[in-house]
Amino acid sequence: MTASQRRETANETVIWTEGLTKVYPRSSVPAVDGLDLAVGRGELFGLLGPNGAGKTTTVGMLTTRVVPTGGRALIGGIDIVARSTLVKQLIAVVTQQNTLDRSLTVRENLYFHGLLFGMTSRRARDAADELLARFRLSGHADDPVFVLSGGMAQRLMVARAILHRPAVLFLDEPTAGLDPQSRLALWEVLAELVAERQTILLTTHNMEEADRLCDRVAIIDHGRILALDTPAALKRGVEADAQVTVQLAGAGPEPAAGAGPGTASGPSAAADGPGDALAELLARTVPGVVRTRVADGRVELQVNGGDRLLPRVLEAAESGGFDVADLSVAETTLETVFIRLTGKELRD
Amino acid sequence: MTTETFPVTSAGDGPSVAVIRPPRSSAAASRAALRALIRRDLTVLRKNFWEFVGRTLMQPLLLVFVFLYVFPTIGQGVGGAGGRAGESDFATVLVPGVVAISIMFQGIQSVAIQLSQEFGYTREIEDRVQAPCPIWLVAVARVLSGATQALISALIVFPIAAVVHAPGVHAHLTVHWWIVVTLIPLACVAMTSLGLVLGTTFEPRNIGLMFGFVVLPLVFLGGTYYQWTRLGAVSVDGFHWLQVLVLVNPLIYIAEGMRAGLTDAAHMPLVVVYPVLIGFLVLFLSVGLRNFRRRVLS
Repeated sequence: MTASQRRETANETVIWTEGLTKVYPRSSVPAVDGLDLAVGRGELFGLLGPNGAGKTTTVGMLTTRVVPTGGRALIGGIDIVARSTLVKQLIAVVTQQNTLDRSLTVRENLYFHGLLFGMTSRRARDAADELLARFRLSGHADDPVFVLSGGMAQRLMVARAILHRPAVLFLDEPTAGLDPQSRLALWEVLAELVAERQTILLTTHNMEEADRLCDRVAIIDHGRILALDTPAALKRGVEADAQVTVQLAGAGPEPAAGAGPGTASGPSAAADGPGDALAELLARTVPGVVRTRVADGRVELQVNGGDRLLPRVLEAAESGGFDVADLSVAETTLETVFIRLTGKELRD
Repeated sequence: MTTETFPVTSAGDGPSVAVIRPPRSSAAASRAALRALIRRDLTVLRKNFWEFVGRTLMQPLLLVFVFLYVFPTIGQGVGGAGGRAGESDFATVLVPGVVAISIMFQGIQSVAIQLSQEFGYTREIEDRVQAPCPIWLVAVARVLSGATQALISALIVFPIAAVVHAPGVHAHLTVHWWIVVTLIPLACVAMTSLGLVLGTTFEPRNIGLMFGFVVLPLVFLGGTYYQWTRLGAVSVDGFHWLQVLVLVNPLIYIAEGMRAGLTDAAHMPLVVVYPVLIGFLVLFLSVGLRNFRRRVLS
């Protein structure tokens, strides 16, 4: 099933928020500012944004830990503020930190979680063993949790979270701090959950993660949604299908040139330094350039269509007297979308 | 879980909201969660039982050894210079006091230090408060399992305190059962509630401060080594200032209550001990639960 097909079948909203707002005490700026969301059943929904964008606060509110200062939110039709105890039966959360019970073994972490959610001893034990096998943790079943690697601990936290079959699984930056291999392993796990139609709300500042996993992505910054759509549609919205990066020879980072993040400028911007001059030249001479951006001695061009892209760029640059050190082309990514929306880069 | 679909009124013609009925009522879910939380704590206690016993016994054993064995043996009087009789009188005073501080230490150990760490760096609390029950119940579960540990430590300590003495020194113990079976549980819950207050107040790095400025004053001014009834002798211009001052210390009521329950020695009237101890329990529990909620929610 493709992401869009899945979305069409997911017409029942499981997470619903209206004007959800959080202003922390002693803070004049809202951490989350009037959030409207509708996440369907079986959907993997991503909240993508830089650190401090309000992602964790949003998850905090939806998991009853953070009390909203405005708006409303329902999970499975149940109000998260008025009936938080009931909501907690329907949700599970995997946080950024390792919150495993260090006094217990790997298996006991799962077993007691089952008891906590009202399972009988036998059912909790069976469910624990089943998940240990599925998450390839059986070999460590009777070990204390602190022998687990970061990736295994994260898998165990996901296993624990889904043990009581929550209607909604919240994953707050689940792969932050994992090595690439563990990250891939966790993505496989999540893909399986998606195949089982587990509703998941995931926060991340990893573009690739959002692009690969999510059915829909909300890009948020300063507590507001800047864009919300499928990753494919978001990328289409940039109206460019490729990004060409030109590295100028001898041009290091040029902080004084005013070309730092935030100057995602149109071709008409004042030329300032060789980067800007090149950007202006290329925008004029290469067909299909939608927008340009100069950062750290690099010129980035977002280009729509056009074959022989690299030869054309190189030719134009060199005929203009620029010394090109390196040249690359990449498909438009969510990062491009993000930069377009916020004027800044999104980095780990 | 059963599901039905209905449109959200305020969303008008917007998407329909799936209504998911939680598997159990709040009350049933909370009961199961409370049971599981306590069972988890007792499992951890069972796993570390010998460590627990060692921790519980060390301090009382040292106290009794020094005061009731070494002092009498080397002839360093602590019993008002009354020879073996005076030393036995002191033993009579000390044994209930030792039981009282064991309860207090266990309350602080099992709740305050644990909670402080779980809030501070292990973050385990973040998962535990996702249990399908009210947040306060998570704290109450910890208080109850801590109280169980305090109760066990009182049961372990009493026989040892009653036996480890120099030859000729005998604590005059008479167990008044109805006092023992009511006062010990009450004291255990009151002290673990105090642990809840301390654990939600002090950061892990400030645990040393907690011991220096809270625990030690409580112990030394808590009637462990002396009877409250005799503090009247400490006075300025006829004002029994120390006897009045220590009344703010919850431990004094436990020590005096233990004296009433385990000996025939003079003690503070029980009509004072019980209500005040219940008052402290209510105070600590309400402050502790309020702190806990504030630490968990933001």
